[in-house]
Amino acid sequence: MNDIWSGLQAAFWLLVTLDRDLVEITLRSLQVSLTALVIASVIALPLGTWLAIRRFRFRRAVIAVLNALMGLPPVVVGLIVYLLLSRSGPFGVLGLLFTPTAMIIAQVIIITPLIASITHQAMRELWAEYHDLLISLNTSNWQRIKTLIFDGRRALLTASLAGFGRAIGEVGAIMIVGGNIDHATRVLTTAIALETGKGDFALALGLGFVLIGLALVVNFAIHVLSRTEREGRW
Amino acid sequence: MIRIFACLAALWTGAAAAETMKMAVTTSFHNSGLSEVLLPAIARDTGLDVQLLVVGTGQALRLGEAGDVDAILVHSKSAEEAFVAAGFGTHRREIMYNDFVIVGPLSDDAAIAGAGAASDALTAIAQTETPFVSRGDDSGTHKKERALWEAAGYNTAAFGDWYKAVGAGMGASLNTASSLNAYILADRASWLNFGNKGDLVLLFAGDPALFNQYAYLPVNPTRHPHVKSDAAEKLEDWLTSDAAKALIDGYMIDGEALFTFNAKQAE
Repeated sequence: MNDIWSGLQAAFWLLVTLDRDLVEITLRSLQVSLTALVIASVIALPLGTWLAIRRFRFRRAVIAVLNALMGLPPVVVGLIVYLLLSRSGPFGVLGLLFTPTAMIIAQVIIITPLIASITHQAMRELWAEYHDLLISLNTSNWQRIKTLIFDGRRALLTASLAGFGRAIGEVGAIMIVGGNIDHATRVLTTAIALETGKGDFALALGLGFVLIGLALVVNFAIHVLSRTEREGRW
Repeated sequence: MIRIFACLAALWTGAAAAETMKMAVTTSFHNSGLSEVLLPAIARDTGLDVQLLVVGTGQALRLGEAGDVDAILVHSKSAEEAFVAAGFGTHRREIMYNDFVIVGPLSDDAAIAGAGAASDALTAIAQTETPFVSRGDDSGTHKKERALWEAAGYNTAAFGDWYKAVGAGMGASLNTASSLNAYILADRASWLNFGNKGDLVLLFAGDPALFNQYAYLPVNPTRHPHVKSDAAEKLEDWLTSDAAKALIDGYMIDGEALFTFNAKQAE
């Protein structure tokens, strides 16, 4: 109990004094996870919607694989991305290992199946409603996907936020591909792992509370922003 | 979105301003806090921005073999010599040493505090089968521990439940030992800097068998042409300079000197 209390105190002081290192790693956490979220959303939202409206031979298999990939262990993703980006790996010439870009790549791989899978679930029901209308209007596939994404934006927001939650709290993959380098690739979660390793539980917990606070702030901000569109379905 | 890219761009250009190099170091070196003293001095004296990858010796050697870092600073002589012999590093330069200590519960159930040598202390622990936490991660500390057990005539593979290989870094292993009230082999620097000591105390130290030599190994540029061998050379010159000597010998925690500089300096 004592440790939790001193953790709260540490978090309070870190925030009040706007500790320079804290600001830096918090911004990097946001930068990495938001970039990963944008890229993953651009891939996953149309993909999930497309899976909902198209009937093709291996649809069931693709959806099953997608659902299974939701539980992809981050540490395995990290190891694979590491081996690919390592100087002795196939993409070694790019020199991306131990940079924020490598961390973004790993996070995109981790959260894309999650977002696509949730998108697919939500879009399937919406498609059942819109099916007759969109077919009778003789729309193209791409028009259907755009319509569904626009009208289902609230559900998609949930999908994206789930992806963001997984990305910002993830440590296994980015520890391996980022290397937790001070002033280069250190983010909140890897800093927490480091401080725990040093036995400095108060600071680790303080950073943990900052991380939780950050996730709350981002979620609230997105909900406030999305409320500006009052014509939404829900 | 634009702001994110602006942020990224700022980060790239900021990183490009100073000459950077990557060095893999062991957790025990980093946990000692010495790197926080040395890095600003290195940046001031040589203009090098040294990025540290804090990993176990096993992983540090792998990073060097793959050419993912420009140099490594580790402490496991036989593995280092194999690294150089295989052509992954150009040479091995000894920089400094600290020592290992055996830490254990205040009650000292195996009574190792008065032991004459490290092997006697380990024998006492093995015979009483009191809990012992091993790093179990193939790090330099773990290799040292296995060598000490072997010297005492034991094979760690044959140990029972009391021998707990946790497969974690120095700090995490100390956390485990602290919560289990178990014995553990730690480097002195990590132990003194460790914040969660609980009932653990330093029980045995001073045997020359417990010395811990750190060496600097630049990655071979003929094998990996992209490594920044100029920067690695500049860093080596600094690490063996009088400035480094003063900082390393003068680094203290609680009034105790942690490291002893012993690099052979160019005359």
